[in-house]
Amino acid sequence: MDLDFTPAEQAFGDEARRWLEAHAPPPGSLASLDTADGFEAHRRWERTMYDDRWSVVNWPSAYGGRDASTIEWLVFEEEYYRVGAPKRVSQNGIFLLAPTMLEYGTDAQKARFLPPMASADEIWCQGWSEPDAGSDLAGIRSRARREGGRWVLDGQKTWCSRGAFAEWCFAIFRSDPEAERHHGLTYFLVPMDAPGVTVRPIPQLDGETGFAEVFFEGVVVPDDQVLGGVGDGWRVAMSTAGSERGLNLRSPARYTEAAGRLVDLYADRLAERGDAAETASALADDVARAYVDAEAYRLHTYWTASALSAGHSVGAEASCNKIFWSETDLAIHRLALALAGPAAEELVPDGTGGFSPGPWLEGYLFALAGPIYAGTNEIQRNVVAERLLGLPRG
Amino acid sequence: MEFAFTDDQRELAAAVRQVLERECTPADLRVLHEASTPDPAAVGGDAGRRSRERWRVLAELGATGLLAPEGAGGLGLDDVALVGVLEEAGRAALPEPLAETAGLVVPVLAGLLERATPSGPVDGDRVERTLATLAGGGSVATVGGVDAGRRHPVVTTENGVTPRVVATGLADVAVLVAGGRDGGGPEVHLVDGTAAHTVTTPSLDRSRRLGRWEWTPDPATRLSAGEDAVDLLAELADRGAVTAAAQLLGLADRMITMSAAYAVDRYQFGRPIGSFQAVKHQLADARVRLEFARPATYRAAESFARRRPGRSVDAAMAKSLASDAADVASRVALQVHGAIGYTFECDLHLFMKRAWALSASWGDAVTQRARVLAQVLADRRGRPAAAGG
Repeated sequence: MDLDFTPAEQAFGDEARRWLEAHAPPPGSLASLDTADGFEAHRRWERTMYDDRWSVVNWPSAYGGRDASTIEWLVFEEEYYRVGAPKRVSQNGIFLLAPTMLEYGTDAQKARFLPPMASADEIWCQGWSEPDAGSDLAGIRSRARREGGRWVLDGQKTWCSRGAFAEWCFAIFRSDPEAERHHGLTYFLVPMDAPGVTVRPIPQLDGETGFAEVFFEGVVVPDDQVLGGVGDGWRVAMSTAGSERGLNLRSPARYTEAAGRLVDLYADRLAERGDAAETASALADDVARAYVDAEAYRLHTYWTASALSAGHSVGAEASCNKIFWSETDLAIHRLALALAGPAAEELVPDGTGGFSPGPWLEGYLFALAGPIYAGTNEIQRNVVAERLLGLPRG
Repeated sequence: MEFAFTDDQRELAAAVRQVLERECTPADLRVLHEASTPDPAAVGGDAGRRSRERWRVLAELGATGLLAPEGAGGLGLDDVALVGVLEEAGRAALPEPLAETAGLVVPVLAGLLERATPSGPVDGDRVERTLATLAGGGSVATVGGVDAGRRHPVVTTENGVTPRVVATGLADVAVLVAGGRDGGGPEVHLVDGTAAHTVTTPSLDRSRRLGRWEWTPDPATRLSAGEDAVDLLAELADRGAVTAAAQLLGLADRMITMSAAYAVDRYQFGRPIGSFQAVKHQLADARVRLEFARPATYRAAESFARRRPGRSVDAAMAKSLASDAADVASRVALQVHGAIGYTFECDLHLFMKRAWALSASWGDAVTQRARVLAQVLADRRGRPAAAGG
């Protein structure tokens, strides 16, 4: 067991740091990626990374990556968050769709879709949930039927993050009307400008339009835009729902950096607030706990990455990840607001004449969504109980 | 980076687990808890024989001398190999002081022999002999006088009395810490059981065999004094934290596993209680806390194996996470078992009591977190303004 980075991993991190320090825009300087201008600004940043092969480091180099190991990817992420680089507008595609495509896609599909995904020429949104099917994803009703040698899609998806501006959508539809639940589903790749696709942005509680409803009315999709086998959509969609997705979706650097800033905030504010010793020590334990939990998450991620690198498969333990990172994120940000006191609810100038939440408030509002997306924590707890502990399904 | 156990390390832990499944059953533990059993701190009788047998079997596997150099009859392995072994000791709620012997006294004695210590003459021959005997399983050691429940470890021996020493009556020798005379700082001594007057301390977990040691510090038994002893006291506190954390992982897993099994078998309202979400979610939460306490504990062991500068903080993190994981696990386990979990007859209390004791020993979670925060604040002072804040 050796927790030091190898010379190669160290060199990789050094190179990443140098590049990021030279190229990353100042933290918070890009407009929100949920605005038209901000979306494009973030796309340009992805393109800048792509041009120097930094946008998808752990992809095969044939598709714009560097064949980096999982450990190297984690090292890159640590540098990325340390420098405060912009949010990844390509994340749905590069972190969620790409692993699935690399596993199930045809060579033609990989060649067609992966490079523009890596360069952010094409940005993807995910079509999973429907108004009547959120946690119960197997209850989806959007349909795909065969007509004239092609597929025709009808239905509605909701909560599509970045659906307002994305070029493509990966979504599952019910392709066998006789089948029920998770049987008879097919995984489709659909262009958002196809005739019959209508996007209706949904305003969020923070005023941003981070996600959207997407309506499909007679949308025609050719066979080569089916990912994996017809009727195999559930298995294809869930294949990376396990360890890899748990690993890719939220790298630990996000939380360790936030926890470090929380400690700084605690140190700064404590003197200003002049709290009594009792208040100070209660806050101290909470701050310490959040910091320790972020570090525990980082260590667990490297533990998992090492296991994967050694060829072990990681099983249902991955279900634990989502619960842990989402609650840690919430704890960090809740504490930050507590430290900010009454000033926490104020908005700050957003640089374009308006006002928006400052970084900690924005982070808190986003953290509130953590226990909900990527599978609610209630569902995750069911999975832990059933698959890790062997408890019977309801 | 390779953050994983080797096959050898995994196999050793698995071997210990197998052995303890046979030699350290709940029935064995129960005997030590039963009020009808005479003073469990006494070595005589069946309980004492069983203890010695368990120790012999563990010694045969090399567990007692794991950290001792091969020249001293040990395996010459490191703290990473030991942490898995101690996790198994925790899983079985092993009553004998494997952690204290193998994880504290053996490495401390080996370290003293390795380093020149300028704090005065130490009986090197005695240390060498004791190390060899301990490594070979021929004797049992314990540790006392360290209160790690403060920001800096504190000596608890006062007026020649060291309280709450585990494995009293079983241990042949104890590393005890005394406050230095004339305000000269702590002293660390290697005290023969025969040279101390010991009295059983009644405690909730009788299997721990707590006792009070009345002894007189003597230059002949001194291992360390002055600045070196301050360092040694801190090392004992840190090693105590890591070894306790390892056992807490095993205890937490044991209690969660017992509870899941109970929840599958126990039927109410026509279905197993484990099919209810309220039960599932509590157990899931406990399982998640355990999942994230493990790598941090293994990391702390690796930090000790490589003598990393940050190992004290790493130990503090591990102990805080493992203490919390075990606290949650025991709380949930009791709740899932319901009233039957509250009985003496149910095996659960055998593990809960050990978890409660270890959680609070060697620095409770709150104290250890405070130590982490203090270090992090010190480290971050003077850093350039962080990005994105």
